[in-house]
Amino acid sequence: MLELRGVSRSFDGKPAVAGLDLDIPAGRTTALLGPSGCGKSTVLRLLIGLLEPDSGQVRFDGAAVRAGDAPEQIAQRRRMGYVIQDGGLFPHLDARGNMALLARHLGWEAARVEERVAALCELTHFPVDGLERFPGQLSGGQRQRVSLMRALMLDPDVLLLDEPLGALDPMIRSELQEDLRRVFAALGKTVVLVTHDIGEAGYLAEEIVLMRAGQIVQRGSLEALVRRPEAPFVSEFVKAQRSPLESLAAGEGEA
Amino acid sequence: MRRGLRFAVGLVFLVAPSAGAAEPEAVTVGSKKFTESVILGEVAAQLAEAAGAQAKHRRELGGTRILWNALRGGELDVYPEYTGTLRGELFAGRELADAAALDAALAEEGIRASRPLGFNNTYVLGMVEARAEALGVRTISDLVRHPDLRFGFTDEFMKRGEGWPSLRREYRLPQGNVRGLDHDISYRGLDSGELDVIDLYSTDAEIDYYGLRALEDDRGHFPRYDAVFLWRADLEARAPAVVAALRGLEGRIPEAGMVAMNARAKIGGDAEGVIASEFVAATLGLTTDPHEAGLAERLLTTTLEHLRLVAISLLAAILVAIPLGILAARHAALAQPILGTVGVIQTIPALALLVLLMPLLAPLRSFGISSLGDPPAILALFLYSLLPIVRNTYAGLHDTSPSLRESAAALGLEPRARLRLIELPMASRTILAGVKTAAVINVGFATLGALVGAGGYGQPILSGIRLDDVGLILEGAVPAALLALAVQGVFELAERRLVPLGLRHDADH
Repeated sequence: MLELRGVSRSFDGKPAVAGLDLDIPAGRTTALLGPSGCGKSTVLRLLIGLLEPDSGQVRFDGAAVRAGDAPEQIAQRRRMGYVIQDGGLFPHLDARGNMALLARHLGWEAARVEERVAALCELTHFPVDGLERFPGQLSGGQRQRVSLMRALMLDPDVLLLDEPLGALDPMIRSELQEDLRRVFAALGKTVVLVTHDIGEAGYLAEEIVLMRAGQIVQRGSLEALVRRPEAPFVSEFVKAQRSPLESLAAGEGEA
Repeated sequence: MRRGLRFAVGLVFLVAPSAGAAEPEAVTVGSKKFTESVILGEVAAQLAEAAGAQAKHRRELGGTRILWNALRGGELDVYPEYTGTLRGELFAGRELADAAALDAALAEEGIRASRPLGFNNTYVLGMVEARAEALGVRTISDLVRHPDLRFGFTDEFMKRGEGWPSLRREYRLPQGNVRGLDHDISYRGLDSGELDVIDLYSTDAEIDYYGLRALEDDRGHFPRYDAVFLWRADLEARAPAVVAALRGLEGRIPEAGMVAMNARAKIGGDAEGVIASEFVAATLGLTTDPHEAGLAERLLTTTLEHLRLVAISLLAAILVAIPLGILAARHAALAQPILGTVGVIQTIPALALLVLLMPLLAPLRSFGISSLGDPPAILALFLYSLLPIVRNTYAGLHDTSPSLRESAAALGLEPRARLRLIELPMASRTILAGVKTAAVINVGFATLGALVGAGGYGQPILSGIRLDDVGLILEGAVPAALLALAVQGVFELAERRLVPLGLRHDADH
């Protein structure tokens, strides 16, 4: 579905992604996991064509993905939904306006737009009376729901999420995690999720790609990463994120 | 939006030259922005009308250059000038010894001059009559005998070639107590006894008012400033009766008569039109219409003129400046050239810009665009309005958060759609603030339009300054201030309609 072949990309001489090969299978959720600066967000931005690789190739359904505004690139982007931290909602448009922006631009009829908006509200558990609110009037969790709905508006083949829950407090975060998992399962789309939280990655994704310094360190399920680390960095990363609750629970089990 | 368009179309009709049969020959008279010139201009206009022409008087134009260029360019047909100004300023550097040489020089420019009208408005030195009498001072030479006299001269007189430095040499004047000061202050200094001798013009109204004695220039130091009418050579064929009427004034205005008329206007507060009409009746036995409008009519006229200047120039500036701002924000290489250029335009002094624009507009005359009146004023206002709008458009677009710009791109919107649907609406508050600034500045600057004959609130202000008439100044200044406030109010209302709800301060955050 999505593939990177020998892709490198530097910023001001510093390589963010170096000679990366990656295949993202269709219909599954893949998490790109790693510490800040490991290149995971760069991969996502290369996938949707916000960045051009310095070398190598990015492909979507076999066609090259490139940055720029050529018609074929624009058409490609419309087949992908993109959600970023804190939503990236346009402050001058209300929730409905944000969701319907592209559909209206493409000339959808009002009834069709409304039908789709209603269906998405139901899917994401977003209250219909919130549609008239502006992003500044919505809570962080609601903003992410609107952002997700906006990404899903044209029923894209691929959904790309960059730290979608990064700015939320823990309660809302866990609630939204559950909703996301349900939505991914219901839609069965190809999903690529960027996160630095191993728990979130394990909860939402079938497969995790652990990255470090622009390279893939290990790829597999959460269980594989925890039980069969292929490099010392994997164990360190897993250990660093073990929560105090887990060790407490582990301690109780031993007693 | 549609209403705005209709307004714009209406404006175009307002400025379009009114079509129709022009039976009587149109004659445009100009005058400089001092009282004597305005009275002479009024006299010429009324005589032209009495001679069967359709006369128009563009009064109080900004300076000799503006009138001279307008006359040569055909924007004006007639204006009063002084031989000294022709020789010393307009034909500076050429030796034009006598009237024939001057006429020949004028003819090269396609211009004719009348014989002198009678009075010589040159520099004179003035003293309070009683004091001059007591000291026995009648001529400038007499001053040599009183070395302790205190002199107060205008800055212009202190610097000019024919002014104090050469006068002192010519007459070997011994006085050391010489101060440079403003004209108005020097009269008061003379009146209060702090000064003994000041420079003035031989037809100044104050000569009468303060009871001054003009000292005779017994060595003939000051050049002659004989008043004459200048007209375009083609006027003699187009309106021979008008030329004949103007020639009828040759030698008919003595110095005392001009002083009295100036005094009536400057000190008595009489309207120039009325003074001119009475003069024409008394001197030539003709009855003319003084054309003096009442306050309400004047206000209506100046308001319409002012609004027209502001509306057209601002509309044009918005249409040009927003795309320029977009261009600057889109292409980093263009940002500095565009912002730099509009910034530099802003630093050109208004009068200089107006004078610079007039010759630039002159070639457009064949397309019906005049280089006097509205076109140069509107062009100048347009240029001054660019900076705030360009800069704010640029800033508004440039400051859009990069993550939102990326969101728009990732969504799959084309660049144009991103600009129209995302970037411009998000910058709308900043852009509108720029337009508001431009509009308020524009309303103020538009008062300078009067300097090139575009009318507006600047007209009563110019007259008021000239006549030292606070009421007249307020007649222009108060409506201008009110209009600025109204414009500000209109834009605040517009902000409510144009700035998206989600971007307003009153939205919950």
